Amino acid sequence: MSGAVSGQSAAIEVRAVEKRFGNVSIIRDLNLSVAQGERHAIIGPNGAGKSTTFNLISGHIKPTSGEVKLNGEVISGLRPFEINRRGLSRSFQVTNVFARMSVWENVRCAVLWATGHRYAFWKNVDSLPEVRERTAKILDDIHLMHRRDVPAGLLTYAEQRELEIGITIASGATVVMLDEPTAGMSNAETERAVALIRRLTEGKTLVIVEHDMSVVFGLADRISVLVYGHIIASGTPEEIRRDPKVKEAYLGEEAH
Amino acid sequence: MTLTSTSKPAGDGLRFYGVWLLGIAALIVLPMIFSSGGSLTSFSLIGIAIVFALSYNILLGQTGLLSFGHAVHYGLGGFAACHMMNAVVAHKWPIPLPFIPLFGGLGGLVFAIVIGWVMTKRAGTVFAMISLGIGELVASSSLILRSVFGGEAGITTDRTALPKMFGWSFGPQLQVYYLIAFWLVLSAIAMYALTRTPLGRISNAVRDNPERVQFIGYDPHVVRYLAFCFAGFFAGVAGGLAAINFEIANSAYLGAIQSGLVLFSTFIGGTAYFFGPILGAILVTYLQLGLTSLTSVWQLYFGIIFIGIVMFSPGGIAGLLMMHRPLVRAGTLRTVIPSYLVAVVPTVALACGVILTIETVARFAGGDVINLLGIGFKPASPTTWISAAVLVVGGGLIARLTWRRIAEAWDRAATVARDRGYLA
Amino acid sequence: MLELIVISTLNGVLFGMLLFLLSSGLTVIFSMMGVLNFAHASFYMLGAFFGFQLTKWIGFWPALVLAPLLVGAIGMAVERYGLRNTHKHGHVAELLLTFGLAFAIEEVVSMIWGKSPVDYRVPALLDFPAFTIFSTNYPAYKLFMLAVSIVIFVGLLIVLKRTRVGLIVQAALTHPHMVGHLGHNVGRVFMAVFGVGSALAGLAGVIAGPALVTQSDMAAALGPILFVVIVFGGLGSLPGAFIASLVIGLVQTFAVALDGSLASAFGPLDPSAGPSVLTDIWNVTIAQVAPIVPYLLLVIILIVRPMGLMGTRES
Repeated sequence: MSGAVSGQSAAIEVRAVEKRFGNVSIIRDLNLSVAQGERHAIIGPNGAGKSTTFNLISGHIKPTSGEVKLNGEVISGLRPFEINRRGLSRSFQVTNVFARMSVWENVRCAVLWATGHRYAFWKNVDSLPEVRERTAKILDDIHLMHRRDVPAGLLTYAEQRELEIGITIASGATVVMLDEPTAGMSNAETERAVALIRRLTEGKTLVIVEHDMSVVFGLADRISVLVYGHIIASGTPEEIRRDPKVKEAYLGEEAH
Repeated sequence: MTLTSTSKPAGDGLRFYGVWLLGIAALIVLPMIFSSGGSLTSFSLIGIAIVFALSYNILLGQTGLLSFGHAVHYGLGGFAACHMMNAVVAHKWPIPLPFIPLFGGLGGLVFAIVIGWVMTKRAGTVFAMISLGIGELVASSSLILRSVFGGEAGITTDRTALPKMFGWSFGPQLQVYYLIAFWLVLSAIAMYALTRTPLGRISNAVRDNPERVQFIGYDPHVVRYLAFCFAGFFAGVAGGLAAINFEIANSAYLGAIQSGLVLFSTFIGGTAYFFGPILGAILVTYLQLGLTSLTSVWQLYFGIIFIGIVMFSPGGIAGLLMMHRPLVRAGTLRTVIPSYLVAVVPTVALACGVILTIETVARFAGGDVINLLGIGFKPASPTTWISAAVLVVGGGLIARLTWRRIAEAWDRAATVARDRGYLA
Repeated sequence: MLELIVISTLNGVLFGMLLFLLSSGLTVIFSMMGVLNFAHASFYMLGAFFGFQLTKWIGFWPALVLAPLLVGAIGMAVERYGLRNTHKHGHVAELLLTFGLAFAIEEVVSMIWGKSPVDYRVPALLDFPAFTIFSTNYPAYKLFMLAVSIVIFVGLLIVLKRTRVGLIVQAALTHPHMVGHLGHNVGRVFMAVFGVGSALAGLAGVIAGPALVTQSDMAAALGPILFVVIVFGGLGSLPGAFIASLVIGLVQTFAVALDGSLASAFGPLDPSAGPSVLTDIWNVTIAQVAPIVPYLLLVIILIVRPMGLMGTRES
């Protein structure tokens, strides 16, 4: 595993993580290192454990054994909101927004903790300038300003995916994890989403799970290949493309 | 309140304050128009019910917590207020009556703080069951701890014995009414303001999607707990007002019936809008006062109205009203109204049939005459049974046809409204 | 003392088995459909009143069969015409529907049969003491109740372990998300499960009616205890519901039978202190506390083990 930038701890460091459900190991001996500022893609066949890996890192589920570090600090065993407050934010594969609230409210709620307003019940949420500006900027970024008052549940699928990304980056987290952000999108929509992701994660660490290989090879600095809960290869797109193990286990399968 | 736009055109701001000022003006003027003792009593009860229902909606509508034991905070608030009033009199403290509801609120709040953390660990069905269990626990305990709750008799007090304020003794019902109205306005403003704070908005987020909330930095348990405490406080205020109004607090305040009533009021009124519980509290209290003198089975009518709302209009009355807003704005409402008018007659016939059936069964043994729309029906007479059957079956069948027509007219009007750019 | 222990154990097990007749149906319905049926205790009450009425008309034994079937049919109608239409509005709406139903059923029952207890008697065939321990006669009818609940319990076990429907129910208990994949007859399975659950509750009502009090508030009195049982046992766990039923049945029966208080154990408090919360607690007898014991157990389990005894699921 090479990856950690010397003199600075890796953004994400997963060491020997295992996850068992009953007797079944979904994830075994998982090692992963994502450097600061790196765009890292995780690929692998269906059922390889990509989403589980996301869930393990983001605290959605707890590893059976092993350790996860965020910027050098151990976060495995912490709860999702504790991990989020330490600067890691993630999106979901299945759209996971606040359906009855407006687009504006969705993004604004994601801004509130990071701007320090927490559980405040003595402030008018409409008269917090920094919250308003940040929300407006994110809505502009994800091109949803014209839909600001629409309940999120009534958006089109592609719009909901964009909102999902907006909510994820709203807190200004330095480590962003996106779980299949372009799943189910048309080619044009995918292109737009990739451009969006590229722009919004500028200067941040990005971990992305993706099925669309053109997205992966176009976006990622490094790629890890996950097969049956185990990372079989990790490297630059060029190295991954040439790796025989990957070809056999994954890309070969695609070529059929 | 979740769908309100955040940047309003100038006119909307004016309208917003206008609605509040109109409400306050109505509260001031009402007793001057209807000045009989009976209506003053009704207004007072409705005011208390509104505060209670609004507090309940902090849980159900704002945070998505279904509680079957909300009356616990109401009742404890009532007892706290009674004890405080008696203590003020006994120790000659300089606390006039208008401050007493605050202590009621503290009573509700303290209990929420103590028990809430354990209760709000889980949401959904589990929370509902636990709230029911805690409600029973407190209601049963109140009969055991006689020194605090006064056993079956309860704790009595004398509101006029407290220090006077502005020369008001609060003996006459009119003065009590204004005291309740004052606290109603204060509580309503506070609870409305709460919906517009960071906590209020995050409560909505927890209601919609507690899982995702964890990934934007919030602990849903803390959010639920805080919402629970606020709801407990304002329920306690309502209980304190009730204690002042009746000059007594007893174990019935805490019980399942009171908890059920506030759930009915809030849900029938509509949980998605701030004014929903206000409508519901007015309607349910009014029906409760009006129906008890007309029929012995008034609670059954509540049950039926409630089931009807749950099945056919889960947004409550407020939801039904607000459905029309996009149509009004798009100017397509008038295409729907004819189908409404057509539906009125068979729907009323169906309702009459149901009422006649229920009353026939209820009065069969006693033989009291049923007076429906000025016509007398004898419960033992076959004519009555046949009329009831005809109304139910015939009214029901025709009503269903007309309802279908409403739905069709609605779809057309809503499509036009959507095409014109109004959300529907 | 020994007499008290033997009799209370018998009564406790009996009450526990009755609770399980109700909580088993409630648990299975909840696991499969995600609905906590608030009206479950109302079906129990309907069973008791139908049993009473049918006994008057056609005798106890036909009523024992007919009344549960009637209640089951009502349950199926509730599922088909009520819950299925409400399902799209979510679980809260479903729970509220059953809450409204419970309320309406209580009103209808008190409208028809009045608010005071009805005279629902033990059938003459079983109206004799089965045996005498020390000086207490133990009625044969209670043994009959115990026998019926055990027969149903064994029957349920066999259905669950040996039949196709049982396998589906078991799968639903452990993997609730899989219920949706049962295929297009899922509606009929739900209706059947709801009907059987209601019928079991009705049966419990028919046999419990003569022994306990058949009155229009019996559902409201038993309902909350039932919910304590299934939360205590762990939502969605049948073994949990069984253990919790017995625990709560025994604890409550013993509590009612015990007359002791702190005052009788440690002597009265100094009378000069005057009445206070302490004297209330000091003087209250265990029998008086009996009604709140299940709820105290609920609070304790929530603090110690929020999932319930055998629960595995969050909600």
